[in-house]
Amino acid sequence: MYCVHCGRPDAEGEHPGCRGPRAALEPPRFCPDCARRMVVQVTPVGWSARCSRHGDTTSAARTG
Amino acid sequence: MTAAADERTHDSAPADDVLAVAREQVLERGVGLTEQQVLEVLRLADDRLDDLLALAHEVRMRWCGPEVEVEGIISLKTGGCPEDCHFCSQSGRFPTPVRSAWLDIPGLVEAARQTALTGATEFCIVAAVRGPDARLLSQVRDGIKAIRESGNDIQIACSLGMLTQEQVDELVAMGVHRYNHNLETARSHFPNVVTTHSWEERWDTLRMVREAGMEVCSGGILGMGETAEQRAEFAVQLAELDPHEVPMNFLIPQPGTPYEAYEPIEGREALKLVGAFRLALPRTMLRFAGGRELTLGDLGAEKGMLGGVNAIIVGNYLTNLGRPAQRDLDMLADLKMPIKALSDTL
Repeated sequence: MYCVHCGRPDAEGEHPGCRGPRAALEPPRFCPDCARRMVVQVTPVGWSARCSRHGDTTSAARTG
Repeated sequence: MTAAADERTHDSAPADDVLAVAREQVLERGVGLTEQQVLEVLRLADDRLDDLLALAHEVRMRWCGPEVEVEGIISLKTGGCPEDCHFCSQSGRFPTPVRSAWLDIPGLVEAARQTALTGATEFCIVAAVRGPDARLLSQVRDGIKAIRESGNDIQIACSLGMLTQEQVDELVAMGVHRYNHNLETARSHFPNVVTTHSWEERWDTLRMVREAGMEVCSGGILGMGETAEQRAEFAVQLAELDPHEVPMNFLIPQPGTPYEAYEPIEGREALKLVGAFRLALPRTMLRFAGGRELTLGDLGAEKGMLGGVNAIIVGNYLTNLGRPAQRDLDMLADLKMPIKALSDTL
């Protein structure tokens, strides 16, 4: 699995910039399955992200 | 503050104390602070912060009233911008993780619907561009038409970069009532922030917007390495512009941008800026925008609302997430601050 904020393997290193308060204000930018950069659309109440290989995910799917 | 504490504060303040001067000049006469006075406010000791915020709140209530304007924003065209605004994750010149994206018309209509459901009266359509091309203007035109056809009568603002006179006229014809174009920072600091266009080019767009009859919305981002003097300079330059609305953002350092390692502004400093900007702009709508979550947190946001702010962006921003809109609406209810109704804006 990959970090959705920096695209590096989740288990590799400490990811200090990816787990702080600033990262909480960021939607995912990298696909957790393949680390491809995703096309992200932020909306007033959520976000959607598209990986060219793994398809779409949304904030609603993540939370609900 | 209790009446006794209020009396004590005023009794102990020397006549040349900048807050005593502001009480007479700004609160009583509605005349904004000068650059030197703003700088004095920014240099007040931290133990004067509560006094500053209390006065700024009085000024806001006196000259703007109790209502709070609520707004939602949406990015119509994300990323791939040719400009080099050093704070921005949407610049195509920096190795940021943001990829280009276009929102389709159904997505725009849905975002406007979500915004209206929060009770917001304002919906701002934003694009990361130097200025709009024919394709973008066509998308905006079709989007506004579709929003209206959906039965949503929310006020529509746009933020599409620098405009020509012809484009200004087109936006007026589309029914856009307010245009956002931030000056971003003090004129003297701008070349350190952006090199691909000038502060004066932004000013020219704002002048055309005003002359065409649209409301002018222009503010900026604090925490981009500017000095206290430049913050004071920025406040009075905004006062000179005399916009309808000033959005106050606090820098969220964006990965991959030249400012990614900047430290966010400290909370008390941010609140001091809120109070100082209110005293420089007594009649202007002062809006909490991006970065307040990181800089101020929940408690600081409440203090800001009681320290001169009278407008707020709810929900998410363009590329960053905000706190849930309902939390801000609950905060306004707790503070007994009425949300401006659409009927008041028409």
